[in-house]
Amino acid sequence: MNTISLVHFLVVSSVLFTLGIYGVVTRKNAIMVLMGLELILNAANINFVAFAHFGNFGLHGQLAALFVIILAAAESAIALAIVLNIYKNFSNVNVDEIDEMRE
Amino acid sequence: MTLYTLTFYFFAIITVCSAFFVVTTKNVIYAAFNLMLTFFGVAGIYVLLGADFIAVVQLIVYVGGILILILFGVMLTNKITDSEIKTGVLQILPATIVIGLFFGILIKFMTQTKWHVVNMVVGDKGLRPVGSLLMNEYIVIFELLGVLLLIALIGAASIARK
Repeated sequence: MNTISLVHFLVVSSVLFTLGIYGVVTRKNAIMVLMGLELILNAANINFVAFAHFGNFGLHGQLAALFVIILAAAESAIALAIVLNIYKNFSNVNVDEIDEMRE
Repeated sequence: MTLYTLTFYFFAIITVCSAFFVVTTKNVIYAAFNLMLTFFGVAGIYVLLGADFIAVVQLIVYVGGILILILFGVMLTNKITDSEIKTGVLQILPATIVIGLFFGILIKFMTQTKWHVVNMVVGDKGLRPVGSLLMNEYIVIFELLGVLLLIALIGAASIARK
């Protein structure tokens, strides 16, 4: 029918995952680190949905992707609340300059 | 070259290129808007995989929720008195070498495995089977996620308060 197989979707997911890891490792701003983390979660979600489509075991992969989206929303809300607190204490959010405990 | 192939390459190139711009630009606002474009591309890929409910949930939760939250975070944690907000990077060259190696190993193992795939059947995928699975087999997880979202809401509001 067409020439797009499972491997195409897995390659897209791996590229997204690798770019997400690069974003988490390289970036100085804490919000950019969170953006890289969202890329990693989206890559894993593409993997789940691709295997739910191409495998032979029903739609459980789509439900796993749904739960990952919900948990990513909750985790990103709390992470941003923590980043706001860090900004209130240190007046910047660079991850290499926040290196002392309170007092 | 069917329409499916063209649509797949369109969404894949949008996703990969905007993800590349997310992690390499120095302007934080550009990174946030490229992240939005990445989320749109991923939603298109979900539709191509027969997961239309997950695609719409992705658009509502990620683009309409998490991205707005990230933009608020950018606005509240930078001094926006000057025209654009720039950020720095840490150790690009070792990161590029190690991550390139990791990516090469991942691609090699992914393309040389004999996956047991079935042919693509776009028959009974959609909202109804996902809904019936969610309500019959995953009901406990569903309720626990409701409680978890309540806890996350209360926790985030009490952390970010004065």
